[in-house]
Amino acid sequence: MKVLVPVKRVIDYNVKVRVKADGSGVDLANVKMSMNPFDEIAVEEAIRLKEAGKVEEVVVVSIGVKQAQETLRTALAMGADRAILVNAADDVHTDIEPLAVAKILKAVIAEENPGLVIAGKQAIDNDMNATGQMLSALLGWSQAAFASKLEIEGDHALVTREVDGGLQTIKVKLPTIVTADLRLNEPRYASLPNIMKAKKKPLEEKTAADYGVDVTPRLTVVKTTEPAARATGIKVASVDELVAKLKEAGAV
Amino acid sequence: MAVLLIAEVTDGALALDATAKAVTAAKQLGDVIVLCTGASAKAAADEAAKIGGVSKVLVAEDALYGHRLAEPVAALIVSLASGYSHIVAPSTTDAKNIMPRVAALLDVMILSDVVGVIDADTFERPIYAGNAIQTVKSTDSVKVMTIRTSTFDLAPTGGSAPVEVIATGDDPGLSEWVEDKVAASDRPELTSAGVVVSGGRGVGSETDFALIEKLADKLGAAVGASRAAVDSGFAPNDWQVGQTGKVVAPDLYIAIGISGAIQHLAGMKDSKIIVAINKDEEAPIFQVADFGLVADLFVAVPALIDAL
Ligand SMILES: Cc1cc2nc3c(=O)[nH]c(=O)nc-3n(C[C@H](O)[C@H](O)[C@H](O)COP(=O)(O)OP(=O)(O)OC[C@H]3O[C@@H](n4cnc5c(N)ncnc54)[C@H](O)[C@@H]3O)c2cc1C
Repeated sequence: MKVLVPVKRVIDYNVKVRVKADGSGVDLANVKMSMNPFDEIAVEEAIRLKEAGKVEEVVVVSIGVKQAQETLRTALAMGADRAILVNAADDVHTDIEPLAVAKILKAVIAEENPGLVIAGKQAIDNDMNATGQMLSALLGWSQAAFASKLEIEGDHALVTREVDGGLQTIKVKLPTIVTADLRLNEPRYASLPNIMKAKKKPLEEKTAADYGVDVTPRLTVVKTTEPAARATGIKVASVDELVAKLKEAGAV
Repeated sequence: MAVLLIAEVTDGALALDATAKAVTAAKQLGDVIVLCTGASAKAAADEAAKIGGVSKVLVAEDALYGHRLAEPVAALIVSLASGYSHIVAPSTTDAKNIMPRVAALLDVMILSDVVGVIDADTFERPIYAGNAIQTVKSTDSVKVMTIRTSTFDLAPTGGSAPVEVIATGDDPGLSEWVEDKVAASDRPELTSAGVVVSGGRGVGSETDFALIEKLADKLGAAVGASRAAVDSGFAPNDWQVGQTGKVVAPDLYIAIGISGAIQHLAGMKDSKIIVAINKDEEAPIFQVADFGLVADLFVAVPALIDAL
């Protein structure tokens, strides 16, 4: 079985975000970009399945700007076998919507025929939490979102999901789409020799047009603003002072 | 214009807080028709009918919907979709699982975590862990969205909408429920509690997390945790507050042994009063705290429990 893992290039999670003065979005020129952390978890899970002999090949796909090549190389250095880059935008500020991404992935899947797709549960830039579920809908496949445990058994997968009340385990028919939550695993770092090796692994380039997918956004950005700042607080010197302040504020 | 609102129903019970807050957002868009679905959903529907501003409640009861599996529930919603301008649900994990599937089946985008309704097509939503708020205008024929409930007030009760039983759909046969691991608790629910006490990595162990729980119980509060505390096994996953956990906005939020990473702040910075207890005076949590106490939590928290 083949596993397909979509990966997204996003602002590094440690970077302080700055809204552009013209309100068009967040400034992404000259800031550190990395693989979306949830996608790292998805790549790690796919590699572990390969190491456990449950799958034969791990294919990573990124849809976006040409710079996403770096993100794909990172995934290859972690241990993925092959990469596909679908060029869908020229400007690093263009975010391809989950619906369009899902349509492109559907077309890639028609060519690749994976038995499993593992995606990150959400991208930390647009925070949509949608691509995996949308892809599953378009394919008419089963879905197991927010996974903290994944086991492949024959023609189905057992997936434990993080939900509001705690944990839910479901059994889904293969092929399926799993979206990775934080506690699915702890992704490895790529070693230097593997980073070198990754440079020679195949990376195929395509365009959204090759798949006949229109990536025109359905949501137009009217404006982007900074959230209202909180009023500066004070430091209290003792527990007693804290209790007094809370009583004064009517909070306890 | 009519809005189909998917009520949050878990094991037959209506999550009134989440549903009634979503009603407040939906009311701004048109007539609100609520769908209650589950293995048993009639009692939940009767309760939803009392939320002010609801014009009708639909009930779809079938074992198929008992565990809110995405495939059958999304198929049911799509079968009801025609005639509605908006399909909305409170941003719970169930809705986050189901609604993008609904949107894709209708060939429209999802609007996740809406925090403001500008007009029928224009909405505000947080991006980048709440470090920016984006206003977006949808060009889709139907708007499918989830509502971040922490930013909307509860719709009042006192309504008496008619309840109508509707036909259920077929089993797509793609997934099956196996088990739930849900801890019963007498504490208030995290996302609707008036007071939340959260512990982080600084608490140090699962055993010592009892200290956080003791303070919470003294205040009648819900208990929250940082990702580090959950990852370390001090607290269960459903206590995680943050960008990728629960979003809370209580009257009082007490962060103990939490450094204040942006991913954590994303889930609590709209709280009315924030208290931080941390031994590192440089911890970023103090930048959002109304009252900061630089202290060892093992000294300060027992003293606080005594003083309250
Ligand atoms: C994709 C992604 C998603 C994430 N989502 C979330 C999320 O939803 N929620 C979330 O919380 N995090 C999330 N994180 C993690 C986040 O970046 C931080 O790592 C995490 O919040 C840190 O938790 P902490 O503050 O408990 O731990 P630390 O940062 O280690 O802080 C511990 C604090 O405890 C203090 N301390 C230690 N001992 C004591 C003592 N005896 N008395 C008083 N103070 C003490 C220390 O001074 C320190 O400030 C996410 C990260 C990523 C990459």
